Amino acid sequence: MSAHAEAITDSHNPTPRQNEQSADSLLQIRDLKKRFSLSGDFLDQLRFKGGKLVRHQEHVHAINGVNLDIKRGEALCVVGESGCGKSTVARTVMGLLTPTEGEIRYDGNRIDNLSSRQLLPYRKRMQMIFQNPYASLNPRMTIQQTLEEPLRLHHPDWKRPQILDKVEEVMRSVGIDPDWGKRFGHEFSGGQRQRIAIARALAVDPEFIVADEPISALDVSIQAQVLNLLMEAQQERNLTYLFITHDLAVVEHFGTRVAVMYLGTVCEVATTATLFDKPRHPYTHALLSAIPRLKDDRPQHIRLTGEVPTPVNLPSGCVFHGRCPHANARCKQEIPLLQTQDDGTRVACHAVEEGRL
Amino acid sequence: MALLEVNNLDVRFALRQGEVHALRDICFSLERGERLGIVGESGAGKSVAAFSLLNLIAKPGFIAGGTVTFDGQVLNRMSERGLRKVRGNRVSMIFQDPMMTLNPVLSIGEQMVECLKAHRRISSKEARAIALDKLQQVQIPSPETRLDQYPHELSGGMRQRIIIAIALLLDPDIIIADEPTTALDVTIQAEIMALLLDLCEQHNVGLILITHDLGVVSQVTQRMLVMYAGRVIEQGPTREIINDPQHPYTQGLINALPQMATPGEKLNQIRGSMPSLSNLPSGCAFHPRCDFINRADGQPRPACTQQVPEFVESGNCRVACHMVAEMLEDRRLKEETS
Repeated sequence: MSAHAEAITDSHNPTPRQNEQSADSLLQIRDLKKRFSLSGDFLDQLRFKGGKLVRHQEHVHAINGVNLDIKRGEALCVVGESGCGKSTVARTVMGLLTPTEGEIRYDGNRIDNLSSRQLLPYRKRMQMIFQNPYASLNPRMTIQQTLEEPLRLHHPDWKRPQILDKVEEVMRSVGIDPDWGKRFGHEFSGGQRQRIAIARALAVDPEFIVADEPISALDVSIQAQVLNLLMEAQQERNLTYLFITHDLAVVEHFGTRVAVMYLGTVCEVATTATLFDKPRHPYTHALLSAIPRLKDDRPQHIRLTGEVPTPVNLPSGCVFHGRCPHANARCKQEIPLLQTQDDGTRVACHAVEEGRL
Repeated sequence: MALLEVNNLDVRFALRQGEVHALRDICFSLERGERLGIVGESGAGKSVAAFSLLNLIAKPGFIAGGTVTFDGQVLNRMSERGLRKVRGNRVSMIFQDPMMTLNPVLSIGEQMVECLKAHRRISSKEARAIALDKLQQVQIPSPETRLDQYPHELSGGMRQRIIIAIALLLDPDIIIADEPTTALDVTIQAEIMALLLDLCEQHNVGLILITHDLGVVSQVTQRMLVMYAGRVIEQGPTREIINDPQHPYTQGLINALPQMATPGEKLNQIRGSMPSLSNLPSGCAFHPRCDFINRADGQPRPACTQQVPEFVESGNCRVACHMVAEMLEDRRLKEETS
């Protein structure tokens, strides 16, 4: 099945894979792994065991081999529950964390091993919006200063009037009155602060924006305002988004494609319409049925048993097998790989592969 | 008479800058075994409403007027001693963050036994047996070992199950749940909500569910209140409000949900944001954000900016809106003339 789908995509391009994907994808994530050490520095790791000094190390396996492509102009949403590694993916892409293994390519060039000086030109092209606008704005800077800072850094040759003009333009574009520039972050409401955070990201005219749960800290009526703003910005500036969220209703509205993550691995990648219409992976099924809908009377959700295992001791085989109603012996031993289906959806599940689902 | 009746409840906070009116004219009732939802955005006063039911408002807040009557007793005129017999015993509460509610230095068993012995004269052994039974009811795997574990050893979903078990410990008549699943993940949230719903139905316990999530309210509750800036602006059967909201704010809230819009299209947003309680707009508090402050003929309706709207009955719902009142009046006049 997978060979068939690849043959189609590759048919117009004689050199397989690499070229085909770099042609239209802005960002490529290859076999990305990130581990965080829990054991402290070298001396903290030493333990006495049976009269011997043993080095003991423990790791949080936050991401275990993630492969994703983000195409120009699309909004790729990454969904999953807390602890699944979605924010780690976002931060690694932005270079805020260095990957343990794997590669990140931006526009064909590898960016994960660059120094911060070498990263500077890329930072201008990719910007980030954080979850909590109460924490992401410097409380000791006025809004004017907050918005000027990225411009001064990325355009050292700009004169003051040019910077002021740009700040005013970007404030207008997110619906913040330019007269408020002298105010501080705490004088604004949550929704307005998030607008300012968006303005700061848009100030340097990026082409790629990583948004890590940008609306989850906001109220329902404000969420709609901010989501609209993000969509307008995408249309006007032809932005590409990597949008991290746990809210599937937002994904359905906003995303071009969706990647579902569970415990550091991607279990399904599909276009938004396909994913909501025809979910394949059992975890995606459970996630979708857990959305509280307004119109149905009785919750018909698939109840998952058990809890998400800890990423310190990963389960063997498929990471989802402990909670999966369709798990068998193979699922407990063999790690499933992402395989392309007829309609281009990529699913990592033995049950789907064997046709049991 | 209903099990719980709230009449014209009025809560204020005496701050240095002046008095802030946190709740005004809250009226509702709850029958035995009924499930009521209180919805609103942050700052609407829903948590203050929940706390004031059990007279748990801390200084500088105080209940300035109105009554909360539970089973014939007026709770806000009761002594602290009398209240202690009601709190946790006949009316129990579930809060948003389970880690804040559980005592980190006591084991789960100790906390549950402590709670039982505070209200009933029973031996520790009997109390432990009851605790074990409740843990089984909330479907916690291996409940015996959980009794001797500490809160930090458990996951978020497990902790919230324990909180529910503690809330059920003394077979209460009403559970007040303040955003019980907001801190949890979607799949865990669905499990916990279903569990809470099952247990309330099984034991015929009334539930007051405070949340900002309209989806949860529509699935769990039978009646709901919508709050805005310290007032109830619409109340009635949940299904009717969700399917046919009357107040422009309720309409706006429901229409702003991503599931109500076509994917990729603009969401129907409500402009502006909730006013601060210390600086409410004149007249209807929602009027600066409302799209219906003009009459059908295009002329502004002066009442909206000058007069606080009274409740009008519209079908089974009560709505505080001048526009709805005007429409109902028009309809009545038409019926009279024809």
